[in-house]
Amino acid sequence: MNTYIRRVAAIIAASASFTLPAFADVDMSGKTIEWTIPFSEKGGSAKWANFFAPLLSEALPGNPTVVVKFMPGAGSTKGANWFQKQKNGDGTVLFGTSGSTQFPYLLDDPRVRYEYKDWEPVMASGTGGVAYLNADAGAKFDGSANGLKDINFIYGSQGATRLDLVPLLAWQMLGMNVEPVFGIKGRGDGRLMFERGEATIDFQTSSGYLKGSAELVAEGRAVPMMTWGSLNAEGDIVRDPTFPDMPTFKEVCEATDGCETSGETWDAWKAFFVAGFPSQKIAFLPAGTSQEIIDTFANAFKKVKARPDFADISKKRIGKYPMYTGADAQAALGQATTVSTKAKDFVVSWLKDAYGVELK
Amino acid sequence: MDILLQALPALFDAFELILQPVVLGYLIMGVIMGLAVGVFPGLGGIAGLSLLLPFMFGMDPVLGLALMVGMVAVVPTSDTFASVLMGIPGSSASQATVLDGFPLAKKGEAARALSAAFASSLFGGLVGAVFLTFFILIARPIVLKFGTPEMLMITIFGLSMVAILAGRVAIKGVVAAGLGMLVGTIGEGDSAGALRMASYDFPYLTDGLKLVIVGLGIFAIPEIIALLRQDRSISENAKLGGGWFDGVRDWWTNKWLSIRCSIIGVIVGVIPGLGGSVVDWIAYGHAVQTTQDKSQFGKGEIRGIVGPESSNNAKEGGGLVPTLLFGIPGSGSMAIFIGAIALLGSGDIEVGPSMLKSNLDITYSIVWMLAFANVVGTLLCIAASGGIARLTTIRFTLIAPFLFMLISFAAFQSGQNLMDLVALFALGLLGIMLRRFDWSRPAFLIGFVLSDPAETFANQAVQIANFRFRESMEAGLQYIFSPIVIVLVIVTILSIVLGIRQAKNIMAEGNVKSGSKRAPLIFLIVIFAYIIAAYWNAALIPDHSSADRIFPLFVGGVSILGCIILIIQMIRVDETNTIFADREANGDDENATYGLWPTLAWFGFLLVLCAVIGFILALAIFLVSFLRVRAGLSWTHSILYMIAGITFMCFMAWVLGRDFPPGILQATFNLPWPLK
Repeated sequence: MNTYIRRVAAIIAASASFTLPAFADVDMSGKTIEWTIPFSEKGGSAKWANFFAPLLSEALPGNPTVVVKFMPGAGSTKGANWFQKQKNGDGTVLFGTSGSTQFPYLLDDPRVRYEYKDWEPVMASGTGGVAYLNADAGAKFDGSANGLKDINFIYGSQGATRLDLVPLLAWQMLGMNVEPVFGIKGRGDGRLMFERGEATIDFQTSSGYLKGSAELVAEGRAVPMMTWGSLNAEGDIVRDPTFPDMPTFKEVCEATDGCETSGETWDAWKAFFVAGFPSQKIAFLPAGTSQEIIDTFANAFKKVKARPDFADISKKRIGKYPMYTGADAQAALGQATTVSTKAKDFVVSWLKDAYGVELK
Repeated sequence: MDILLQALPALFDAFELILQPVVLGYLIMGVIMGLAVGVFPGLGGIAGLSLLLPFMFGMDPVLGLALMVGMVAVVPTSDTFASVLMGIPGSSASQATVLDGFPLAKKGEAARALSAAFASSLFGGLVGAVFLTFFILIARPIVLKFGTPEMLMITIFGLSMVAILAGRVAIKGVVAAGLGMLVGTIGEGDSAGALRMASYDFPYLTDGLKLVIVGLGIFAIPEIIALLRQDRSISENAKLGGGWFDGVRDWWTNKWLSIRCSIIGVIVGVIPGLGGSVVDWIAYGHAVQTTQDKSQFGKGEIRGIVGPESSNNAKEGGGLVPTLLFGIPGSGSMAIFIGAIALLGSGDIEVGPSMLKSNLDITYSIVWMLAFANVVGTLLCIAASGGIARLTTIRFTLIAPFLFMLISFAAFQSGQNLMDLVALFALGLLGIMLRRFDWSRPAFLIGFVLSDPAETFANQAVQIANFRFRESMEAGLQYIFSPIVIVLVIVTILSIVLGIRQAKNIMAEGNVKSGSKRAPLIFLIVIFAYIIAAYWNAALIPDHSSADRIFPLFVGGVSILGCIILIIQMIRVDETNTIFADREANGDDENATYGLWPTLAWFGFLLVLCAVIGFILALAIFLVSFLRVRAGLSWTHSILYMIAGITFMCFMAWVLGRDFPPGILQATFNLPWPLK
């Protein structure tokens, strides 16, 4: 029976006709690459990896199988700690991080046992984020948060030291009362909590918003509030090209009484936004991987980016954001893993005051 | 009415899609692959789907779906083989089947047990499909009613099944479940990432223990060792009793039970976040509670098979609802399923609410492909069950080394780490002791499986309830005591009361006589020591991670109380009391041909060899020496059997693209596959 399966598999392979001529580099045929995502199956990182996995398989020499695996826990710290221990340099272990992996690292969280500098980035891509309200609160939203200050919001959160830091700080700057419920395992769980009415405010990264929350908005059950925006060449925050009709947090803040787009708080928020979003999701090979294999992966991602249909297919699934490979990915990693000491100190003391979180 | 008008044409379109010869061909191909993967304990839908994934990109959506649905549908059917024939829970879906399935195999009625299980599976799958056809149209608002408190209550309801499976001494069952939960909390906590009973210096445990290893260790190893010590066949008189036809008739006699359990399966499957881990226990509990004569449960009661098996295939159907309607997978295999759907065709099928609007025909064809795959898979399995059941008549000493081979391989697949094998051995030892002293192993497993959902849902429900109460008393009460929660509370209380009253009659693992005081007391003290250590360890978690502290402290506290009561009882009652149950003192184990330790040493031998020279080489030496020395075969036969075993193992690993556990030798020298 097993030979039968093998033969059948060969027939399917032939009929699926996806083979491209492979060039030089390291031949990976017959291998299975496990791309581990440290979140649950439901969130933006899952969608990001699921989008790239088949394209990567097609672009790598020998068309190895690329399987996306999920290892959720402790807001991605669990998965990243696991990856730090991986020494398999043959290209079969790939890891994807997100802002929620970067923040605890930047904040010297004691649970962090990983070191970004050890890892080999092969691809980085940016994303944006959208915050949205339930219909009741949405009716009181007029481009400023002035009407939202008397409402007690509930928000499903992965932890205040994770990517959720950006929305939580933003909402606080707007003078809103948002109570986070900690312990969910990915932003998808947060969305489901919102859909059930247990949470009344939510935030998704762009890919999560496009594939899940946009539907809620279309049905009138959710009202988009703002995006975090996007950085232009001068480093200023402008509207997110994926959501040009939505105001940015900066615009909402300017329209809201008591919210300021300058000063210590704003600078800290912006610093963490810059670390968390414009180069948010990064694909890594483990420490000690040979240069040959790193180049093979970097070239493969370059090939993905060069596909004539890339702009078109990526727009629908992950939004219009830059994608970096090779040396650019390394630069993006630098941007994602540095914040000023001032911004860091501010956030550390804010976390303690607002949530009693002590990072010791 | 509008809904029906919209649904009917879609339903016909769906049948038109399915009933093309080429679609059916792909479906059957998927079914056969699913059966081949599913018979392996520990390799379920995830392994199978990963195997298919590379072919999905750009494939015609209907053909791709047929292949994948065919595979997913039959995994809970074929894992029954391992449950019934070897006493190994093949996946979380067939945990409860072991309880009565394996005793039947020992009685020589394996074929009857298998075919009753398959007939129930088939029926469950069909009930699931019919139910879903209507339910899917109205599912969304109902599913959204299940918030965190409701999911917590369902989890607690699942835990309440411990009451009925606890055995003769209820407190022992509670402690066993508590121990299971504490073992389930090992590793980094989900809420705040604090370490529990683990250290970063010893990284293996930080990820926690996997279900495959716990299931194999607690259920499979004790049974294999016990059978091996007897040196006879699984079927006690080496004869086959009832045939496959009897099993089908058994199912027909219990068709109402089968219907009820199927509906339980669909409903629990529909709720996202619970997955399949509770459903078979709830169905088993229901089967016990609705049976007049409860004395046969655990000794080979056919209703104990019909119930869980009806529910677990129905659950796969139910699990499609959150997967398709919310894009939220109910299980690991469903997660890969979602990933794979995005690859099909031009990527325009998107799971989510649009499946009901723009892709209703596709949704229906998935539902009915699932049903059809169940029919095909079940018929194949029933046809095979008579022949496969003959395995139970072979002298077990000839089967055991190959089982050791399979379970080591399966355990290694869960973490790809040599430590998997060490963990398997340690848990196996715990399982042997739990079995020996008549501590409920099902209660332990229920505790382990439900530990994670119980903790997460409890944490979140408490947080949200706090906010609601701060808002107003009324809002808080309304949140906690929703109508669904109230119904579940009543059902849970009833189930516990009935369970405790009936538990004395249900010896899930047969009657165990009492022996002396010393051995059971020592074992209790060892367990007590671990529980105290876990409690102490949790108490040391710092405040910033307090969310990870509460659950182990609570469970630990209850278990410590249970242990103290047990110790007091042990001191006060005399040694003939059931509390001192000890298999070594009396019955089969006392009269066994071989001792426990020499038998276990064989398994240890395989593991140590493996750590030194890698799996395949270790296996070669182990198989030959075991067959020659323990089974007394000739050199020629031993070597031939060894070659057959290794060829099979290599072939499976090659098809699935898996590696074998490496040893020190492999770390030093670069060897070619499969030796590497």
